[in-house]
Amino acid sequence: MAMSGEHVALPESTAEASRRPALGDYATQTFAVAAAEVQKLYHDPLELLTRAVQPVLWLMLFGEVMARVRGVAPGNVPYLDFLAGGILAQSVLFVAIFYGIAAIWELDLGVLQRYLVSPAPRSALVLGKAMSGGVRALSQALIVYILALLLGVGIDLHILSIIGVAAVIVLGSALFSTLSLIIACIVRTRERFMGIGQVITMPIFFASNAIYPLSLMPRWLNIVSHINPLTYEVDALRALMLVKGTPDYGLPLDFAILLATTAVLTAIAARLYRRMGY
Amino acid sequence: MPGSTANVSVHDVVVQTTALTRTFGELTAVDHVTLSVNRGEIFGLIGPNGAGKSTLIKMLTTLLPPSSGTATVAGCDIVREPAQVRRQIGYVPQLLSADGSLTGYENLLLSARLYGVPRKERAQRINGALKRMGLMEAANRVVGHFSGGMIRRLEIAQSLLHRPPVLFLDEPTVGLDPSAREAVWERVLDLRNTFQRTMIVTSHHMDEIDEFCDRIALIDHGGIVAVGTPSELKALVAPDATLDDVFVRLLGAGNEAGESYGDVRRARRAAREHG
Repeated sequence: MAMSGEHVALPESTAEASRRPALGDYATQTFAVAAAEVQKLYHDPLELLTRAVQPVLWLMLFGEVMARVRGVAPGNVPYLDFLAGGILAQSVLFVAIFYGIAAIWELDLGVLQRYLVSPAPRSALVLGKAMSGGVRALSQALIVYILALLLGVGIDLHILSIIGVAAVIVLGSALFSTLSLIIACIVRTRERFMGIGQVITMPIFFASNAIYPLSLMPRWLNIVSHINPLTYEVDALRALMLVKGTPDYGLPLDFAILLATTAVLTAIAARLYRRMGY
Repeated sequence: MPGSTANVSVHDVVVQTTALTRTFGELTAVDHVTLSVNRGEIFGLIGPNGAGKSTLIKMLTTLLPPSSGTATVAGCDIVREPAQVRRQIGYVPQLLSADGSLTGYENLLLSARLYGVPRKERAQRINGALKRMGLMEAANRVVGHFSGGMIRRLEIAQSLLHRPPVLFLDEPTVGLDPSAREAVWERVLDLRNTFQRTMIVTSHHMDEIDEFCDRIALIDHGGIVAVGTPSELKALVAPDATLDDVFVRLLGAGNEAGESYGDVRRARRAAREHG
């Protein structure tokens, strides 16, 4: 192909364009989004400390008082032990459920458009964001673990248990941040989002087994709590993190429900996320 | 010499729109636009606020599906093959696209990964882009501390890592001081002259458009008013006309039905909160 002197295409101008997307690309793209979030935390770690305050308050204020009420915790588990898993799940929930604010913030800034014009599949973008929420949540888990040990909670420190807990936390966080992202895609402004975020956090938290067992609930609330994914997250956390922990529903069912819910929410979020650029 | 390198030798069409149309309810933002842009051209889109420039660019970058009509970008159809189109284009949006909480290098790494730049080549390409954009010293600083001009150059670097044949620059010099604007345009010209990238640019600075664009499309009320080189368009108005005269005579004032309150609110809030 003849081209005049200085316009000859240099080797650099061969675009990635002709490359076919490989399987590994999906993982790389998901990882890229999550890694960027971790780098942000590294530059500004203060956020992690402030987020640790809430679980500390719940365990020390709420937990210490409720521990004196007899008959809340089932069987012979001390209430603080019972509560520790619930509070861990709650901290993860409270961070994840406001995750959508970040997406709206990115929409306002223009950063979101940058993700949307990239060839990364929309679900990889959503999943990457969800995973990064999990990383934030892990730092809270560390605080809850330390505090629970100080308060004499029978924490299971076996490495497999800790890995299991980490997996549940990342999964639970991914689930609720994706739910949050879906809400953000629908409401699109921070003001509206704040209102909805507050409204849905309460029922998700209280209509679950996080701070009291479902057996204490009236029948209708018991049924609601059984379709709340947080219940299964708490169940798995308790079973894995406590020395005396046993799951009510079985770990396979807990994980299956969390995984399936996250998958469905990711698929919905991916469809809505692409419309954010309109 | 800027602007005079228009003797593009290979006249193949890189971007072709065919009756491209987008409506929002009652409003027709882009109305049957048919345009072609040749390889290696710096092509300017000018028009009043709300004329449809951004909507047109959003469709060509696959952010927004057209209501009717279609377009091809580097041979790929924006409606049928949006994923392929995304591999062929770089996009520097009007708003921020660099993440202020990451360093320059980390921003580029994110783009390299998202665009599937092979792992072995990432560091080399990122450093090459940093050097080309004059950002080598700032690579490991958090972008929140960059100047406006540096952010723009970083964003151009981001959009180039996957070596796209077509680049969209939506008001790349908005809010920049004259020397920062000059620096941005220098890099744009360099990219075109060295690598034959095709550039589609919007700007409200007519002097820039006049100096740097090979051809221009005037857009108003969602349609094309005129297309031509800066001199051709100026000759339409008066022998000694400037491009500002062309704008005023052929395009007139801004459209009331243009940007929505939400767009303005978003842009201003983003600008304010980002400093």
